[in-house]
Amino acid sequence: MNDHLILRVVGKFLIPYVMLFGLYVQFHGDFGPGGGFQAGVIFASGFVIYTLLFGLRSTQQIVSEGFLRVISASGVLIYAGVGVASMLMGGEFLNYNVLAANPIAGQHIGIMVIEFGVGLTVASTMTLLLMMFAERGLPS
Amino acid sequence: MLTHLPVLVVLAPLLAAPVAALMRGAFAPWVVATLVSWFSFVCSLLLLAQVSDQGVIVYSMGGWEAPWGIEYRIDFANALLLVLITGLASIVMPYARLSVRHEIGDERSPMFYAAMLLLVLGLCGMTATGDAFNIFVFLEISSLATYTLLAMGKDRRALTSSFSYLVMGTIGGTFYLIGVGFLYVMTGTLNIADLAERLPALSDSATVRTGFAFIVTGICLKLALFPLHLWLPNAYTFAPSAVTALLGATATKVAVYILVRMVFTVFGVEFSFVTIPLSDVLVPLAIVGLLSASSVSIMQPNVKRMLAYSSVAQISYIILGIGMGTAMGLTAALLHVFNHGVMKAALFMALGAVSYRMGGTDLKHMNGLARTMPLTFWAFVIGGLSLIGVPLTVGFVSKWHLILAAMELGWWPVVVVILVGSILAVIYIGRVVEAGFFKEPEDSTRREAPAGLLIPLWILVIANIWLGIDTRLTVDIAEAAAAQLMAGGVVR
Repeated sequence: MNDHLILRVVGKFLIPYVMLFGLYVQFHGDFGPGGGFQAGVIFASGFVIYTLLFGLRSTQQIVSEGFLRVISASGVLIYAGVGVASMLMGGEFLNYNVLAANPIAGQHIGIMVIEFGVGLTVASTMTLLLMMFAERGLPS
Repeated sequence: MLTHLPVLVVLAPLLAAPVAALMRGAFAPWVVATLVSWFSFVCSLLLLAQVSDQGVIVYSMGGWEAPWGIEYRIDFANALLLVLITGLASIVMPYARLSVRHEIGDERSPMFYAAMLLLVLGLCGMTATGDAFNIFVFLEISSLATYTLLAMGKDRRALTSSFSYLVMGTIGGTFYLIGVGFLYVMTGTLNIADLAERLPALSDSATVRTGFAFIVTGICLKLALFPLHLWLPNAYTFAPSAVTALLGATATKVAVYILVRMVFTVFGVEFSFVTIPLSDVLVPLAIVGLLSASSVSIMQPNVKRMLAYSSVAQISYIILGIGMGTAMGLTAALLHVFNHGVMKAALFMALGAVSYRMGGTDLKHMNGLARTMPLTFWAFVIGGLSLIGVPLTVGFVSKWHLILAAMELGWWPVVVVILVGSILAVIYIGRVVEAGFFKEPEDSTRREAPAGLLIPLWILVIANIWLGIDTRLTVDIAEAAAAQLMAGGVVR
């Protein structure tokens, strides 16, 4: 895509906003439409645009495959970890009420952390999927 | 901690899967997978004890009472299934170490064990949950893990067989989801207990009937009822040995359990067998499936493929029991779900050991096995006898109950069909036994399989005989489960 100057310039300009919007959807999911899944996809689309414009090699310099694997697994662990934490604090699995002294505050903490885990896993898995497929087309 | 048992069974593999995926080499993820399946097995046994002490156990996820939240509801039927799944997983995982190193290699091992754990997680989740939509979610988890595991086979045909199962399995899952959607539109709830309460009033509704049709068809695809079984033989044949052992023993059984749960609990015996003539559909299909799959398996040159077809036939026995719509038929079906799991896992594990030493599972690889690998061969023979239904093995217990159930209804032709099915099993098992005893081994220098494969295999073989002689455990639980299910609705 070296000859598509306009695409590259506009893309470079857009990527930060795409990612910012991803973070907005992530952390606003507590109060309005949004949440970890949507946010993860939006955040990952920043990487998708970058890969399309500048090539897989440049993306691999930013995030390695191994790093993405670690992130995607740790997202699941964060999710399940919240459930285990709530069990250890005397509630049922994923009962956020017990996470703080005040049940409402507990619900906020619980859903935030869980959605963060979801966001991490979705964003890293989407990027990983793209990289896996893109790599097959590259001359080795 | 004991109050958390229903979720711990499912949670342990969920936590372990990402951990296993991040590890390196083959040994560490294997240790994690084995220990976690043992942990889940202990939890399932404790759950079964709890259910027989206290009756139905209800666990509300996140502290949200059903129907607002998702509940796990454990009665005899799913406690029995959980013991089967986790028990076989804890035998197959130790077995997998050598078998996987041989067939898959160290590099992909972490992902393999992660996928195995996800499979166990999905199957346990489907079994434990009391929410119709949650079943679909876990169905997808277990199916995605299955597609990955199937594709890891050494043979390149594993990829196409996995892909065709992906297509068929997704159709099955989608049908189930459409059916659940119809029920949700009519009742406004996804909770199984709630559905069971509200559906009887709506039994005239065409939407509910269509939903029933979608659900039953979708699940029958997943459990490989004839003529929806075409994905199964290739999938089992080309998958790695450890995967075939676990899948063949548990995956279709869980689908059977979902069918039972839907037909008996959600829709109720009255609706399923009187309003809708479910027997007229299931029984003929089961009979045709039983006879045709058994006949086809006689002609198979590959023993693993032969056993895959035999699985289709054995599933037909189970469906036959369900199709009777009586407590005795259901008892026989649940017994056979458990017993067939125990014997098929033993047979597939014996074949895995053959493939480990001989490099394949064709009939010619079985030649002279009684001399070169006697322990493996005798394990296969005992598993085969169990499959035929010889007394003192588990196979006899469930077939005996099935015949009793058919006689109770006065279905004499069905009794004959069951016996003919056993004779066909004698023929296809007999071919292998004949090759093992009387043919000359091609290479008499081959030695017995290593202890790492033999010990788990023989534990299962002994279980085959033990549970065939001491039938108290399985029969009592299956009868109690059938009584709970036949009572219809949900025991509060």
